Amino acid sequence: MANPAAKLDPLAARIAGLSTPDGAGWANEVRGDALSRLSAMGLPRKRDEYWKYSDPTTLNQPEAPRAGLFVTDEAMPFSDVDRLKIVFVDGVFDADASDDLSLEGVEVERLSDALARDIHWARDLFGVLETRGQTPVERPLAALNTAFATDGVVIRATGKAAKPISLIYLHKSETSDAILHHLVKVEEGASVTVLENGPAAARFSKCMEVEVADGGQFHHVRAQGRDHERRASTHMFARLGAGSVYKSFTLTVNGVLTRNEQVVEITGDNAVAHIAGAALGDAASGAFHHDDTVFVTHDAVDCESRQVFKKVLRNGAEGVFQGKIIVKPHAQKTDGYQLSQALLLDEDSSFQAKPELEIYADDVQCSHGSTTGAIDEEALFYLRSRGVSHGEATDLLVLAFLAEAIDEIEDETLREDILTRLQGWLDRHRG
Amino acid sequence: MLEIKNLHVSLEEEDKQILKGVDLTVEAGKVHAIMGPNGSGKSTLSYVLSGRDGYVVTEGEATLNGEDLLEMEPEERAAAGVFLAFQYPVEIPGVGNMTFLRTAVNAQRKARGEEEMSAAEFLKVIREKAKDLKIDADMLKRPVNVGFSGGEKKRNEILQMAMLEPKMCILDETDSGLDVDAMKLVAEGVNALRDEGRGFLVITHYQRLLDHIKPDVVHIMANGRIVKTGGPELALEVEQNGYADILAEVA
Ligand SMILES: Nc1ncnc2c1ncn2[C@@H]1O[C@H](COP(=O)(O)OP(=O)(O)O)[C@@H](O)[C@H]1O
Ligand SMILES: [Mg+2]
Repeated sequence: MANPAAKLDPLAARIAGLSTPDGAGWANEVRGDALSRLSAMGLPRKRDEYWKYSDPTTLNQPEAPRAGLFVTDEAMPFSDVDRLKIVFVDGVFDADASDDLSLEGVEVERLSDALARDIHWARDLFGVLETRGQTPVERPLAALNTAFATDGVVIRATGKAAKPISLIYLHKSETSDAILHHLVKVEEGASVTVLENGPAAARFSKCMEVEVADGGQFHHVRAQGRDHERRASTHMFARLGAGSVYKSFTLTVNGVLTRNEQVVEITGDNAVAHIAGAALGDAASGAFHHDDTVFVTHDAVDCESRQVFKKVLRNGAEGVFQGKIIVKPHAQKTDGYQLSQALLLDEDSSFQAKPELEIYADDVQCSHGSTTGAIDEEALFYLRSRGVSHGEATDLLVLAFLAEAIDEIEDETLREDILTRLQGWLDRHRG
Repeated sequence: MLEIKNLHVSLEEEDKQILKGVDLTVEAGKVHAIMGPNGSGKSTLSYVLSGRDGYVVTEGEATLNGEDLLEMEPEERAAAGVFLAFQYPVEIPGVGNMTFLRTAVNAQRKARGEEEMSAAEFLKVIREKAKDLKIDADMLKRPVNVGFSGGEKKRNEILQMAMLEPKMCILDETDSGLDVDAMKLVAEGVNALRDEGRGFLVITHYQRLLDHIKPDVVHIMANGRIVKTGGPELALEVEQNGYADILAEVA
């Protein structure tokens, strides 16, 4: 590694104000190891291969840049969904605002409670998948999260979770700097849906490690928005057993800087991983930069992975997609698919994509495609010639563009909820 | 109803004049046909009337019932009653045919200050009209024109026209690429809409369509102008002798 000493100073400054929470011996060890990893790597730099298109400066600086509070009377996402609510305010668990944590088919605890116990299943997961996810590409912000996360939840699905677990992140302080770490373990044949929404903090670091055992199912739907000035760096690390299913969808609207990383490792045969996202940014109402960085590794036979990422960008909004499918030598019969597309609603907006395939097996089917395009003027005129207004016609074309990503949400209620958010954003951001 | 006076149109991108002084009046209740060689400006005229980008009107005017069409956005023209059945209907992946049509019907009603059509009423009406045009439920559900055959696209245009009930219907080579049966369906669709208050401008190459949709007036367009106007017999003359004689005669 090139001269890590040169990078130490900013790192020391970055972590000076953070304190390592105290836990059981093993948990302290995990945090110590994470800090060592972080020290060895240093903070991300613009010249790092996977930070070329996104500037990590404001994620690295010691204090969170101020982010104005965003007030809306719009109902929060998932309001109509029957769910178990777990609320964090500026990164701190709010017991009063949260539901009772007991739920059929699943055990839910606060991270600090789990990490204080000498014996806990979390020991096999906390920092484990994050560590694995550091190769082949370093993710220092994830190590920082493991070392310093003060709060979060641990979820263990032992059967079919009776309802979705909904993590709600409220933002009430203009300078909050939140670090949350969640662990999800889906036991054999069990299933759980995890929802996330809310701006969380002025600056938000979130890491979720998800282990899905054989035949287990993990569903994840996330709505990031609508605050304009927030910054976030999130990581999802997943490991999938045989015949398991992992499906994650993220809707992002607004946000000065969002970096969403997903690192999925398929270790059991016949597993399925679908990772999708729709991001909408209008820089006329505040700078917008959104970065999806996704790595899927196939390390088993007969597995399927799909990455479907769409971005709608307007008035100078910036989108980034970095996606890689890695197929290990014995991972035969892999079916891998990756699609990243941007719809630029004007010439000021931009999209950067780095689609990659790294295939070492010979009997595989992998495809990837990336496109950047504008609204189809012929289609727009056709719609308008039938009386549909310019705005409404544009919306129809935008929704058509996003459809393949939205369709990845299996649950109809959740899909409708996300569509409502989308329509709301479109109504507020007419060209 | 539709009044076009001395219309001159050039391309926006290049300095090329396409329409060189078109004069044409279509009265309510009448069917006018325009025939003419390829490249004479027939499609350009239909696009300029419906408001497509890329053209500049350098001289002349076009009004619908006294309203200046050229000042309006395409959707305003549609609400005012202009409908163009495209020579090449556009495929729109991801937008369902039904969703599109219902949005269009209600957008026009809203623009005219009328009440929107309920989902149930819409469904009832569209099923009926689709049946007449032999458009099945599957075609209604598919994305707009995607995977439609040439004939299906043209029938879909007529379905849209039937749903939108425009005042001024412009059909641009709706007959091209249709077999005899499909042409009959299309012609029946058009004839069903013939009405005192509605005008038609039918652009075609062939007499065939005009056997089914009887025109009141036939115009010959060449090199950006209407060069000859006559009755239905003019179409027969073109059918028998081509354009050469007529063009020579007016040259
Ligand atoms: N957008 C355009 N770009 C370039 N040339 C055009 C365009 N639109 C029309 N033209 C030209 O204008 C002339 C008339 O075309 P068009 O209106 O399609 O004729 P018609 O429908 O009678 O066959 C042709 O020479 C055609 O090439
Ligand atoms: Mg033409």
